[in-house]
Amino acid sequence: MKPWGVQLSPAGKRRWAVFKNNKRSFWGLIVFVVLFCISMASELIANDRPILISYKNSLYFPAFKVYPETVFGGDFDTATNYQDSYIQNIIESDGWIIWPPIPYSYYTHIKNLPQPAPTAPNLNNWLGTDDQARDVMARVLYGFRISIFFAFSLAIGSAIIGISVGALQGYFGGKLDLLGQRFLEIWSSLPVLFLLIILASIITPGFWWLLGIMLLFEWTTLVDVVRAEFLRGRNLDYVRAARALGVSNRLIIMRHILPNAMVASITFLPFLLTGAITTLTSLDFLGFGLPSGSPSLGELVAQGKNNLQAPWLALSAFGVLSLMLTLLVFIGEGVRDAFDPRMLNNR
Amino acid sequence: MVNLPLLCVEHLDVSFINDNMPQQILQDVTFTINPRETFALVGESGSGKSVTAHSILKLLSPSSVNYSDRSNIVFQGQELLHLTESQMNKIRGRKIGMIFQEPMTALNPLHTVEKQLGEVITLHRGLRGDALKKEIILQLDRVQIPNVSGKLNAYPHQLSGGQRQRVMIAMALANEPELLIADEPTTALDVTVQKQILNLLKNLQHELGIAMLLITHDLGIVRHYADNVAVMQSGRIIEQGSCDDIFLSPQTEYTRNLINSEPVGIKSTSVPAKEVLMSVRDLCVRFATNKPLLFRNTQFFTALENINIDIFRGETLGIVGESGSGKSTLALAILRLLSSTGSIRFNDQELQSVKQKLLRAFRQKAQIVFQDPFASLNPRMTVQHIIAEGLRVHTKMDKDEIESAVLKAMSDVGLDAGFLHRYPHEFSGGQRQRIAIARALILRPEIVFLDEPTSALDKSVQAQILNLLGDLQQKYQLTYVFISHDLSVIKAMSHRVAVMRAGRIIEYADTDKLFSHPDQEYTKELLSARLGRL
Repeated sequence: MKPWGVQLSPAGKRRWAVFKNNKRSFWGLIVFVVLFCISMASELIANDRPILISYKNSLYFPAFKVYPETVFGGDFDTATNYQDSYIQNIIESDGWIIWPPIPYSYYTHIKNLPQPAPTAPNLNNWLGTDDQARDVMARVLYGFRISIFFAFSLAIGSAIIGISVGALQGYFGGKLDLLGQRFLEIWSSLPVLFLLIILASIITPGFWWLLGIMLLFEWTTLVDVVRAEFLRGRNLDYVRAARALGVSNRLIIMRHILPNAMVASITFLPFLLTGAITTLTSLDFLGFGLPSGSPSLGELVAQGKNNLQAPWLALSAFGVLSLMLTLLVFIGEGVRDAFDPRMLNNR
Repeated sequence: MVNLPLLCVEHLDVSFINDNMPQQILQDVTFTINPRETFALVGESGSGKSVTAHSILKLLSPSSVNYSDRSNIVFQGQELLHLTESQMNKIRGRKIGMIFQEPMTALNPLHTVEKQLGEVITLHRGLRGDALKKEIILQLDRVQIPNVSGKLNAYPHQLSGGQRQRVMIAMALANEPELLIADEPTTALDVTVQKQILNLLKNLQHELGIAMLLITHDLGIVRHYADNVAVMQSGRIIEQGSCDDIFLSPQTEYTRNLINSEPVGIKSTSVPAKEVLMSVRDLCVRFATNKPLLFRNTQFFTALENINIDIFRGETLGIVGESGSGKSTLALAILRLLSSTGSIRFNDQELQSVKQKLLRAFRQKAQIVFQDPFASLNPRMTVQHIIAEGLRVHTKMDKDEIESAVLKAMSDVGLDAGFLHRYPHEFSGGQRQRIAIARALILRPEIVFLDEPTSALDKSVQAQILNLLGDLQQKYQLTYVFISHDLSVIKAMSHRVAVMRAGRIIEYADTDKLFSHPDQEYTKELLSARLGRL
């Protein structure tokens, strides 16, 4: 079996088979991948700009490109507001418009709501609107994407730093290891939340700021696991044999020991992802996270708390978060079992 | 009760269930053990010896094992296969005792000798208090543990390997069983201790009048201690009979090979010129036993002390010693894989002062083959990548040149070219060791350190590998440093032998002289402990 055409080692094949056997994880992975792809295409699904416009026999792609109003015979040289019925009438008089299924983006304030916001779910707004008259479905879609992005960047970033540091400490040992371990002990005892709150009062933390700060403290998670693997790995016979062959330290680390350490790291990864999502959500909920207006699930939770009369807000946030975390935990369980040598030995 | 067999195993078929796929492990195993006799079960690893022993005591997990309908195990007229777990518990330890191969793992490291032995006695005989203590001391005296009262409160790790095995024997015999199953009782022990333990078992067997089922791969042991023998091969008994019959007129090819697989005269006959290739002077290796952060360390364990040795070009230097004597440490230190003090000269060039990174030339000329072929190959690399690793470090060959060099090396060690893209786990121990040898030889080294290269292999495979090493030595004028605990292998392979004990070389002589007129008392002891090894 070659998943997606990737050539796997024999151990890899067995792991893939174990993973596939675990129905819950396998379907979890499929559902997650589908949701991920959908959220990647958010601009085509929820947008206040049309996907395609035909006007005077030429085609326009407003979802991807900004056109000034004058293109469509409007009065101003500014970006076109396609929600404006005046513009819509001009275009439709000599062409047509294809709208996304949800004609609102996450920042769109809907003007002509029948009731004061937040409004309950209806055919126009599938999950209702929030207290600033924005479509909840659109916000959830974009929020899902930004959470996943944040989680993946954080997990991959901390994996790269953590694995490198752990590898160096474990492989070379001695003084480097000793000093590294003491530094880690001090570093991991710093109060992250307080630091974030203090920082939030100095700067406005955007996506990258938050990622950077979280990365500063998250990378320590993997160090211990990787370090332990390297401490064990450097005494393996085939590592000794490689040293006797004169293979350089860098190659020994990369070729002979790192693959062993990757097993432990990959097992950790899904749980790093859930951790990152939860952290981002709670920071947003407290108001120390992404700048206001960003499509964040934490902000939606906060709105749900402030608008108990509009239960669709809290329910949507709850539903999306639990779906996302559950899927990741399911996948994580499958990955963990697939890399469990005891499961492998049962052939 | 006249001549009634003690244990009858009839048509025993055992299969393991893996993923609903039954895997036949034993097929039609039939033998009987009479009271007071020693019955030996011989075979190579994987032949089903241990499974047979575990089946008798029903120690295999019932969910994963399946016995066929015709299988019978009758002990003293009682069918064991149909007994319930609680009925079995009355037989285990009370009627049938068992000794395992590895005494370190068979004893609970968290309990004292007294507690573990006492538990067995209390369980089956209900003794408590002073009576129990008296019984424990009696039992330990019987297995000749020195200073018994001092050992009562000792934990397993505080005992030597031989003493641990004695405690195991005491536990197995504590309730005076009718049958003792000894599963490779001495394999994990040094040769001198092996002999003591086996003699002890023999004496106790006579004294207590019990039968013994001896499981071993070592024919020397069988010949000296067994009355009847069954030879097992891939789950079947292919031959059985009295010990003399089997050894004097073996019926099957397999048994003949087992008996004749003693290695003889493999070393190159051409007397090597006495040209020094490597010389080692005052080599010491010390390991720190505590590591204070700020102060200079003051406590060391000395692994090697003042080793002086010369290795001549084209010869095989044998290094022999028991476990823990520093043989492997010596090889690693000479190869500069361990830091040491003293002088190491290779081709008249001092190596100790050279930085690790500048050792490339030496790394190309000196190689090592390790004991465990399962640990010494990276499981994630194909055979081609494993063998070619050294080439890619030291030469600038292109892909095709590398592949043809690898194929050449593989044919040198007798590996099929079709194995090129396979992974190590697909091979047997002997084949893996060939891969390891090919990896060492592809750089055309001058000297190869062989660290117990055949100890993890079965006897018949061992002979093949030794012959291969001999041929390669002839072909490429290699110099070997052959490390082993097995004197017959050393005798067959080496021109000169160094005997090591506790980090020192205590005797260093030509092979013939060492084996005919050993100087040291310890060497004599080692030689005499070779049980009937022709």
